[in-house]
Amino acid sequence: MKTFAALRAIPTLLKIGFSEAVAYRAEMLVWVFATTMPLIMMMLWTTVAEASPVVGQGGKQWGSGAFVAYFLSVFIVRQLISAWAAWEINFEVRQGMLSMRLLRPMHPVLSFAMSNLAYMPMRAVVTLPVFAILLVTELSRMTAQWQVWLLWPLALIGGWLITFFANVAIGSLSFFIDSSIKIMDVWLAAFFVFSGYLFPLELFPEWLRIAAQWLPFRYQIGLPVELMTGQLTVEAALPLLARQYTWAGLMVVASLLLWRSGIKRFQAFGG
Amino acid sequence: MTRYLRLLGLQLRTSALLAAQYRFDFFVDAAISLFWTATAVVPLFVVYGEETRPGIPGWSFGEALVVTACFILLQGVLDGAINPGLQAVIDHIRKGTLDFVLLKPADAQFLVSTSRFMLWRVFSLVTSGIVFGIAFHQIGHGPSVLGVLTALVLFAVATLLLYSLWILIISAAFIVVKVDNLTYLFSSIFDAARWPSSVFRGAVKFFFTFVIPLAVMTTFPAEALLGRLAPMTLVSSIGGAFVFAAVARRIWLRSIGHYTSAGG
Repeated sequence: MKTFAALRAIPTLLKIGFSEAVAYRAEMLVWVFATTMPLIMMMLWTTVAEASPVVGQGGKQWGSGAFVAYFLSVFIVRQLISAWAAWEINFEVRQGMLSMRLLRPMHPVLSFAMSNLAYMPMRAVVTLPVFAILLVTELSRMTAQWQVWLLWPLALIGGWLITFFANVAIGSLSFFIDSSIKIMDVWLAAFFVFSGYLFPLELFPEWLRIAAQWLPFRYQIGLPVELMTGQLTVEAALPLLARQYTWAGLMVVASLLLWRSGIKRFQAFGG
Repeated sequence: MTRYLRLLGLQLRTSALLAAQYRFDFFVDAAISLFWTATAVVPLFVVYGEETRPGIPGWSFGEALVVTACFILLQGVLDGAINPGLQAVIDHIRKGTLDFVLLKPADAQFLVSTSRFMLWRVFSLVTSGIVFGIAFHQIGHGPSVLGVLTALVLFAVATLLLYSLWILIISAAFIVVKVDNLTYLFSSIFDAARWPSSVFRGAVKFFFTFVIPLAVMTTFPAEALLGRLAPMTLVSSIGGAFVFAAVARRIWLRSIGHYTSAGG
């Protein structure tokens, strides 16, 4: 009965979140513009590749065009998998505002998830021009296999799940320690290096590439991007998707456990 | 003047007391600083990863590493000395408590910008020192004395520029109030300074040299250390920074004139 009630509340939650996204659209645009890193890396790598193409570990030749396609895809994927619950949770725990959420008859993590997800339509609209540029200029470098395009949304959902629940896990740490946002900084630093955000993982030395295979980060950005840019066939992508969802599952379990043991320590009366 | 120096001393002392209060933060900051340094350097290793890779035109691995070291140093200045104080202003503006600062019998810009220092961030001096060491070891010889002096002057210029840019962003806070993420936007643009400016072409290069002068902040000091900065560039950088600071000061005075406090 309780789950049913929570499920029924989801459309309303999404609607509230969406109106919030519309109300704070200017703020959201600033967040989007702050995603400058892929574009800077695009300029860097195209300059580097100008003299001669960069050769990856797999023997693929990365020319300027390949980098443009890769980093525009990174930009799009980054917008669609983003979550910021760690900052929200940290803020609400410190300010005592979490009490309000606890009063509602549903799991607070669900309400965080819906408010994050509700921004997606707006974010998707923002990525449309980038998508258009990508298709006009680098169409030949995008995958032509429709089966891969079917897997792409799955990979995006998996990536978002990892991002969101990692956020919840790190946000829940603020029940225990003061500086959980600093831990988020460390997580982000590792994310930048190992996700394929700064460079295609193919350009990594072999041993770092193996490390990246086992870490969660490449399943947030690298996998969806590699699908889009035709670096993966369906057969190659399926085992990677399996790993992605394993990570997503681990993150769900870990974050909910952390949340549950943390919430017992929460006692904000009067803020 | 001596009054302001005394004030600065006082503000520094409160920050020092605060830092001493949270001693554990030193270790956290040091660890994070090391980690961020590693992530700032890793992309360079990938760009210059193999003998066959061409790298950034006009910059050898060691030389590009000098730019990264300058970047780490300046990021420390930004995070430790500039960001905390100005973040406080944004909070003041939003809550309407800026009135209390304005009432005090001293220059408001001075008061807010010295109100808080994160002293543990001096650790980035250490990490950038390590990267400088590795870089010059790669190059094979150290910088000349003149080079070091010029670079120090340029670091001062860079700090002034960063500070002025920040003042401009704060002035925007008077108009749009919710600018927490403008500061984030600025930090993410500042990230571009970790690369030699020759990476950028055309309009972007112009933007990063004259509008948001990232090139002046990290590439020019690095070139000074490498002994290949044209004297004219140095002179125009200093001149430009002072013009920039003067403009920022005027805009600050104007926007504080329009400040109507909370609820206004």
